Amino acid sequence: MKINYACRSAEHGVARRQFLGSMAATSAGLMAGGLGVFSSPVIAQQLRSVQKRIVVFNMHGGLSQLESWDPKPGTGTGGPFLSIPTSVPGIHVSELLPQTAQQMHHLCLVRGVNTSEDDHGKGAYMMLTGRRQTPAGNFPQLGAVAAKALTPADSALPGHILITPGGSGGRGNDSAYLGPKYSSIYLGNGNPPQNTTRPENMAETSDAARQDFRRAVNERFLNRRRTAVTEAFAYSYEQAEQLMRQRDVFDVTKEPAAELERYGTHDFGRHCLLARRLLEQGITCVQLSHSNYDTHNENFNFHIEQMGEFDRSFSCFVADLAARGMLDSTLIVVLSEFGRTPNINQYYGRDHWSRAWSVCLAGCRIPRGAVYGKTNADGTAVEDGQVDHGALFHTYLQAAGVDSTGSFDIDGRDMPIADPSTAAVSQLLT
Amino acid sequence: MTIPEGFDPKLAHMVSQWPHDRPLNACRFDSAGRFVFCGSEDAAVERFSLADGSRTVLNGGHQTWVRAIACSKDGVHAISGGCDGKITWWESAAIEPKPIRSIDAHKGWIRSLDISPDGTLLVSGGNDNIVRLWNINDGSLVREFSGHLRHVYCVTFSPQGEFILSGDLTGGLRQWDTTTGKEVRTFDATPLHSYNGGQQVDFGGIRAIAVSPDGKWLVAGGLHKATNPLGAVHEPLVLLFDWQTQKLEKQLIAEGITQGVIWRLKWLSDGSIMGLCGGGSGGFLVFWKPETEKDYHRFQLPGLARDMDLHPDGLQVATAHFDRHLRVSRLAAKAT
Repeated sequence: MKINYACRSAEHGVARRQFLGSMAATSAGLMAGGLGVFSSPVIAQQLRSVQKRIVVFNMHGGLSQLESWDPKPGTGTGGPFLSIPTSVPGIHVSELLPQTAQQMHHLCLVRGVNTSEDDHGKGAYMMLTGRRQTPAGNFPQLGAVAAKALTPADSALPGHILITPGGSGGRGNDSAYLGPKYSSIYLGNGNPPQNTTRPENMAETSDAARQDFRRAVNERFLNRRRTAVTEAFAYSYEQAEQLMRQRDVFDVTKEPAAELERYGTHDFGRHCLLARRLLEQGITCVQLSHSNYDTHNENFNFHIEQMGEFDRSFSCFVADLAARGMLDSTLIVVLSEFGRTPNINQYYGRDHWSRAWSVCLAGCRIPRGAVYGKTNADGTAVEDGQVDHGALFHTYLQAAGVDSTGSFDIDGRDMPIADPSTAAVSQLLT
Repeated sequence: MTIPEGFDPKLAHMVSQWPHDRPLNACRFDSAGRFVFCGSEDAAVERFSLADGSRTVLNGGHQTWVRAIACSKDGVHAISGGCDGKITWWESAAIEPKPIRSIDAHKGWIRSLDISPDGTLLVSGGNDNIVRLWNINDGSLVREFSGHLRHVYCVTFSPQGEFILSGDLTGGLRQWDTTTGKEVRTFDATPLHSYNGGQQVDFGGIRAIAVSPDGKWLVAGGLHKATNPLGAVHEPLVLLFDWQTQKLEKQLIAEGITQGVIWRLKWLSDGSIMGLCGGGSGGFLVFWKPETEKDYHRFQLPGLARDMDLHPDGLQVATAHFDRHLRVSRLAAKAT
């Protein structure tokens, strides 16, 4: 794919500077997506001083809303768990979230989610891109959009990090037409990026010399044959070099042992602490997963275990962001591909249910200590405040200061940032 | 143990079924053999009269589901354990039973209750990983047994009552001295547990324990071959241990029962073992002899069942069903 370099966009200017390996600060306020994507001059001005960030907790498999944010104790669908009061009078959550309940004054529960899609893959796609999957095209995920719209142009760090429960790490394929620059970098099981240490038998000066040589050869080649592919290829080298220089940013073992203990000694606790570390260091979007909630069998036994892990780590994370003054600039999204059936099956399980479930939000422009939307008595339908994936996607971005009704300029073509057929939920934005 | 007249598991048949409002979790006969007490997916305990099937709702004892029931040896009390961590005493034969006593017994669910052979002690196990022993007459705590690292799924007394057996999620089966509270030894029932790395879940656990009346065998039941824990892909399994040597003598299986789990085990008067197996292929009473790995008979119930009890007469079997029915079967020929 040829790139039209005649556009002289900020986007391409940034890429070129990064390609050249310059770490010098670019002009103040220059953003990867351009300041035009911000919803107001006031916010754009604010972002010059405070970078907005997004963290997504992906409750892989489909978290049960009844065992978390929208309990229905005492009903035929409510299951065995009770509800408990929270730090906000009148708001109750499942007894499986005792520590999170004490952070409710920071949170906002969206209880009227209806996405009408009970397939894992399709549901996940919708929740992470804000659109239905179509054969005609692919859309970038929230992390890629955030990376492009919110990452300062002079950032030496990648904008989009995915902490996976396992695996060895690598690159995601989740940025669609935004290009590989905004694809996620996987931190397999929360470990630093792969191959980011200089071989012991190579001196620093030798390494620097070979990098300079590579740049010189690349530059000469690209002067005549610049394409999206060659650009991405060159950028990947530059990014790898940046990652090597800042490897410690990704190393959660640099955190005090007491912090690791406080977050929980399990993987998810470590991942949450890593997420805090990455956000503090200026990473724009961090997504982490907690697995596995696809509990067709013994839903309650598995939710005791999983929510126990989640509750401790997530409550620490929220409390820490609040205490460090980061909630005003960090959007927290707790989502799944769908919820779980109110009906309890013969295996004490719950199946896929997308017609009435919940998402938890916090930070940035999201109202604090609030509930939006309501399901009926047994949780089978939304009674009030129904929202879907598209509206939520707009809301996430608007909350973080991105004008989601705008477009990205992709090779001279306007690509809507979010689904233009829907809009943000105004009640979820202060 | 005397074999009752007409006893023959191969002639098992259902004699009664009574509807309920909710799926059932638990059932126990009272010791006098007059009633079956049930726990279900609500906060009430329900009593069914064996004589006429009449149903009495026992309200006020729990805030949420009842998953464990035990009945006193003298037939006076039914005792229920709930997912609210409470143990509640009821007068078994009252016209409208009210809670006599309710104690906060565990933090989290109570999954299992049993009463000592002499009728004086009640043992409970639950999600706080603790086994507790209670005075059945006043509900006072006698002692507690700590050592399990995960949820306690099942508790029972040995036939003479000198020991308590408790089993947990990860296959830890511990033998405790009832009098001193000390752990005597452990049985390795880990084949009943597995960790699925792909799904990142522990699964299985010791769902049932029973010591043979002659003290020769111990059986522990649950599931194995859990290739997909979240999707209920597994098979039922019973481990047969030599009580003296603790050697795992046999793994008792039930071929062809898919998605099955053993929910309860009872020793029968002829020395065979009866297990309740519930799974995707339905509910079964499965019968084994200690000397054979495969079942010698299985009786298919009308639907998936989650608990079972044997009547004091040794012939009637109550089963608690997901399809909102309590059923009573008989291990003998049909009446002519």
